[in-house]
Formats: sequence, C-alpha cells, structure tokens
Amino acid sequence: METVTLTIKDQPGLYLEADNITPDAFAGKKAEEIADLHVYVGREQYRLGDFFEVSGKAGATAEETKIVVNGDLSRVKYIGMKMTGGEVVVNGNADMYVGAWMQGGKITVNGNVDSFAGTGMKGGEMVINGNAGNYLGAAYRGDWRGMAGGKITVTGNAGSDLGTFMTGGEIVVGGDVDVHVATHAEGGKIVIKGNAKRRLGGQMVEGEIYVFGNIDVMMPGFAYREDVDIDSDGIKGRFALYEGDLGERHRKRKGQPIYAKLYQRIAA
Amino acid sequence: MTKTVTDVICPFCGTLCDDLEVVVSDDGKELHEVYNACAIGAEKFLHSQAKDRITRPRMRQEDGTWKEISYDEAVEYTARMLADAKKPLMYGWSSTNCEAQSIGSEIGEAVGAVMDNTATVCHGTSLIAVQDIGIPSCTLGEVKNRADRILFWGCNPAHAHPRHMSRYSIFPRGFFTGKGHKGRKVIVVDPRPTDTASLADIHLQIEQGHDYELLDALRVAFKGEKLPDFVGGIPKEKIYEVAETLKSGRFAIIFFGMGVTQSIGKNHNIDEAIAVTRDLNEYTKAAIMPMRGHYNVTGSGQVWGWQFGFPFAVDLSRGFARYNPGETTSNDLLRRDEVDAVFVLGSDPGAHFPFSSVKKIYDRPSVAIDPHETPTTEVCKVHVPVAFVGVEVGGCAYRMDNVPIETRKVVEPPEGMMTDEEFLQRVLARVKEIKGV
Ligand code: SF4
Repeated sequence: METVTLTIKDQPGLYLEADNITPDAFAGKKAEEIADLHVYVGREQYRLGDFFEVSGKAGATAEETKIVVNGDLSRVKYIGMKMTGGEVVVNGNADMYVGAWMQGGKITVNGNVDSFAGTGMKGGEMVINGNAGNYLGAAYRGDWRGMAGGKITVTGNAGSDLGTFMTGGEIVVGGDVDVHVATHAEGGKIVIKGNAKRRLGGQMVEGEIYVFGNIDVMMPGFAYREDVDIDSDGIKGRFALYEGDLGERHRKRKGQPIYAKLYQRIAA
Repeated sequence: MTKTVTDVICPFCGTLCDDLEVVVSDDGKELHEVYNACAIGAEKFLHSQAKDRITRPRMRQEDGTWKEISYDEAVEYTARMLADAKKPLMYGWSSTNCEAQSIGSEIGEAVGAVMDNTATVCHGTSLIAVQDIGIPSCTLGEVKNRADRILFWGCNPAHAHPRHMSRYSIFPRGFFTGKGHKGRKVIVVDPRPTDTASLADIHLQIEQGHDYELLDALRVAFKGEKLPDFVGGIPKEKIYEVAETLKSGRFAIIFFGMGVTQSIGKNHNIDEAIAVTRDLNEYTKAAIMPMRGHYNVTGSGQVWGWQFGFPFAVDLSRGFARYNPGETTSNDLLRRDEVDAVFVLGSDPGAHFPFSSVKKIYDRPSVAIDPHETPTTEVCKVHVPVAFVGVEVGGCAYRMDNVPIETRKVVEPPEGMMTDEEFLQRVLARVKEIKGV
C-alpha cells in the first residue's frame, strides 16, 4: 500500500469542497498530479495543491492507496466521499459529509466530524475517535434510503437524526446521542453505549436499537414486551425489549406484523 | 372625489384575502381607506401613505450616516457585490411577486448564489417533511365547503391569520357545511390557552415539545393499540376521544404553524402529522395544510420548485442546484461563515434571525431591498426602497393552499420609484455585462 500525505497549509476563506480527497481519485497518480485535482471554494475552482502540501504517491488502485490528511480540516467538506476502497486517516477535526455515500475501504478520523458523515453509506468502515454531528449515517434530503451497509463507530457523542431512513449496516456510539434516532428506519442496527434523549425509533418499521443508558422519554408507539438476556457482539447483559413503532405500517410474516426492536439495558 | 376599488387582494399574510375594498383619490395617487381587511392587512395598505417614506436608495457612510444615491448607483453596487462574491446569499423573496422571484433566480444562477426564502425559519421544515413522505392537501375552498373536523396544531390564526377562521376554517357556511361553526368540531393543540384555543371544542394543552409523541399516540390510537397513561401530559382517554372525533368526521383538516415547525423535532413533527393525515384517510377524507405566513412565501417555493427542483435553501454555487437544509439554509451559512455577501429582498432577517446571524450580515457587503425601514435595512450597507407589491404594483402570489392569485395595483407609487421587478432586471443586465455573458 502506498501513502499520500496531505497537510493543509492555507485555510480557505469560505469552505473547501474537496470531494476529490479519496483513494479512488488519487489512485495511479503522482504527487503533482494529485495536487492538480480540483477543489471548490464557493463557485470558484482551485487546485488541491493550492491548499495542501502533497507528498508521497498513490498506489495503482484505490485498494492500494492510503491517504493521511493532517491539520485543521474543520473547513474541509466531503473527505472520503463515495470512496470504494483503500484507506483515509484524518488527523484533526473535519467538516461535513465525511465518508458520505462511501462504498468500501476504511476512514479513521482522529478528531470530531460535523454533520452528514456517512450519509447514504453503503459499505466500508468509518471510525470517528471524537464526536459526530447530526445526521450520522442518515439519508440525504428527500432520499428514502439512509445508510444501507458498512459500519460506523463513534467513540464520543453523536448529534440528532442519527440513522434516519437507515436500511442496513451498523452504527455504534460510545457516548450519548441527541433526539431522533432511526426515524423511518427499515433495517440496520444502532448501539448507543451512553444515554439517549427522546424520539428513539419514531416511525421506525424494522431494525434494532440498543441503549445502555437512560432514555428521557420513550415513544408512545413502543410497547414493552419482555426482559431478555443478550450476549453477542459486545452487547452483554439484561435488556428490556420494546417493539414498535405501533403507529407505523409494518410488513407481515406468517400473518404476524414484524416490528422494530428497541432494547434498553436494565440497571444491574 | 374618490373612487372605490373592489376585489382587492391583501398582500400581507398567506390567507391572501381577495375581497378587500380600497378607497383611493380620483387621480389614483392617494389611498384613503381600506375595508374588509383585518387590522394588520389594513395597516399594510395605509403604510404606503406614510409621509416620511424613503423614496430613494441610500448608502451607509463610514460614520454610520446615510447618503442618498441614485438607482443607477444602487444597481451598480448590487451587481458588483454579487459578481465579486464567491458565494453570495440571496435571501427573502416572500413579500414580493412571482415575477420578481423568477428574475431573482436568474441572477442567482448567473452569480452562483445560495437562494433561500423565509421558509428557512418558518415552514421549511414542512417542505422537508413533504419531500420525505408526500402530502395529502386540499384548497381552502374545500375546507370552507366540506370540512367538519378542524384541527389547529401549534398555530394561532386568531392573531397570525386573523380572517382565516371567518373566511375558510371555522365560521363560514359552505355547500356541505350549511351550519357553519355549529356543524364543525374544532380541536386545538397548543401548550398555551390562546384566543384560537378558546373557540375549540377540545383544547389539548400539551406539554411544550411533545408534539411528535402526541401525533404518534394518535396513530397508535387509530389502530386501536394500547397507549401509555399520559403522552405529553394528555391522558390517554382524551387521546382516544380525539382520535374518534377525527375518524367520525366527513372531512378532517389539520392546520399547523410554527409551534410545531420550529419547536423540537421540526420536520419530524410535520412528517408525523402528515402520517396522521394519511392514516385518517383509511376512515374518512382528511387533508393537511401549513399556515404559511408571508403572503407569497408559498409562491417562492413554487417558482424555485419549478426552476430548480427545490423550494428553499437552493445552493447554485457549483452551477447545479443542491439542497440540504442544515447546510444550505441561511442561518447555518451565516453562523458558519459560508457566504461572503448578503442580498435581502422581501423579508426582514434583521428582525427574525438570531443576533449572531444579523451580526454576520452587518459584517459583510450587503443590500436590502424593501419599501420600509426595517431592522434589516439598518444593518445593510445599501438600502433600496421599492414600490409595494400588491398595493402599488400587481403580480402573481400563491395563497397558503398553493392557489395562485393575481394581486392588484390600487395606487401609484411615489414619483420615480422602482418596482422589485424593474430593479432586479437592471441588476441582472449589469451582472451579465460584468460577467460577459
Ligand atoms: S387575514 Fe391576512 S390576508 Fe386577510 S386581511 Fe388579514 S392580513 Fe390580509
């Protein structure tokens, strides 16, 4: 695997739209060619090299390419957008759309990410060693398909609207989450190690949510069923199982409606 | 002598009343009286007669005072500002006609602007919900003639849309609603005991911010499933009762306002309210409608929907239309320093945006186009007064139910004043010259 290192040298006046920072766009290119790839500030087009020092070279394919991005990237959008393979390591805080529509490969962010990370994600892995903003692994506006595959792990907290319209894949949040989790979800798995506020699983059709901490207000559409013991995949302990959202439409299997499941750990 | 102009349209709120009578002087230069309008509507007409009205553009000087400039200079400043910016914000568009909105869009395309309207702090969330799950809606005429279950959720028309209840929703006798108010059941959901709530058969005085939960509870109740004892402070018996009341009507209409579009949950509240409406259609006929505020905010959504595919927060900076509220919405752009010039027409962000955003407008090159002096004109570098749309110039406006109505000119603007449309045409021509297109 070859490594390309990008170090931000100039902060953009407005925000940088850098959807070319992906192993796919870099593959097969030398440093100078990578520096020539386009980025946008508002309506104006610039070169990646206008804002970043570029060193190293890319592998022949996306899979063989690793990108390390250093510095304060809190004004850089779209890092790792639509990537299909390879690796991206971000050493700093990044702005919106990290790993949006990602299909494969791995992104590690050693810092916080702003909203819309993992929007419409289809595959691959994203690890955020920090906090995530709103709409993590959610659908893009107007799309009815949110995260469909892959895995997102956040060690810190996440914002609101986590996993909206999610259909598959997994999101694990180490800390707390804000309101609206898995709204309209039709599949997928969300694990919240900390506390949740309200509106978990509103309009949820299918899928699973696990909450280790407190839930401020439970949705009226979730009905308590039973206590269950779970020991799988890092989820261990006794959980109260709720099913819902009873108000929403549901598919039937053998005449029985299939509900989304919400598990809340029972304090030991 | 005077003459009376009848069937005048009120260009104030989204109710767009079309039965006003305005008394003007014979030469059409002075406006004397307004009949049939509510207090706020009448005031809008009378305000055009203010003796201290500003009739020429002005530019702020270094020391904070204003200097009068010509319309030519105002056009030049505006065109330069927009052409020089990397990502200008063109905000407002709700108190002007569709013709002006359309030319504004052309300018936005030419300069790569972000186009946003007042829905961004109002019913934009409703539009997101509509995009997410669709909307079963109707016209206000259908409400008047058919609706026998009226639900006001998080809105207070008694004050915000004063003639809405008498013209369309509660009091009028229509074709199938001959008993007027007597034949209708009115339900109000509001944490406060408002004047609208005082007219209700059932007032659900919900705990603030529990709308999403209560709407979900109604859906659970429709399906006959079990509810917790209380939802948002409302006992479950009451929720089942309201669910029955709605189901038993012949035609139910839900009107909702900023109490749900801008409180916690925002678009999700509307999403769930639309789902309630959809569910109700399994039992009876039901529709839902946002109580739109500015008289033509609906129109700007229509114009942009037709031109760009999105009704607000349209980012044209990359040469194609992108739309992502939370990113491309005015307050997010201002708060995050994503735009470098601000153009305002047909609204007053100075009065309605958070102070932090207003300060960002003050810090940037900025132009406000407005017949009035407003908090916005006070923070902008250039203020361009224009004729009142719907009073001094006509043009198309969309009522809250998406019905287009042609507003009327009833009185002449002060000598030598431009209309929005004329000003924007001039700016567009100048922008094209600067850009060489
Ligand atoms: S209700 Fe609205 S449109 Fe009707 S007169 Fe009053 S302000 Fe004008």
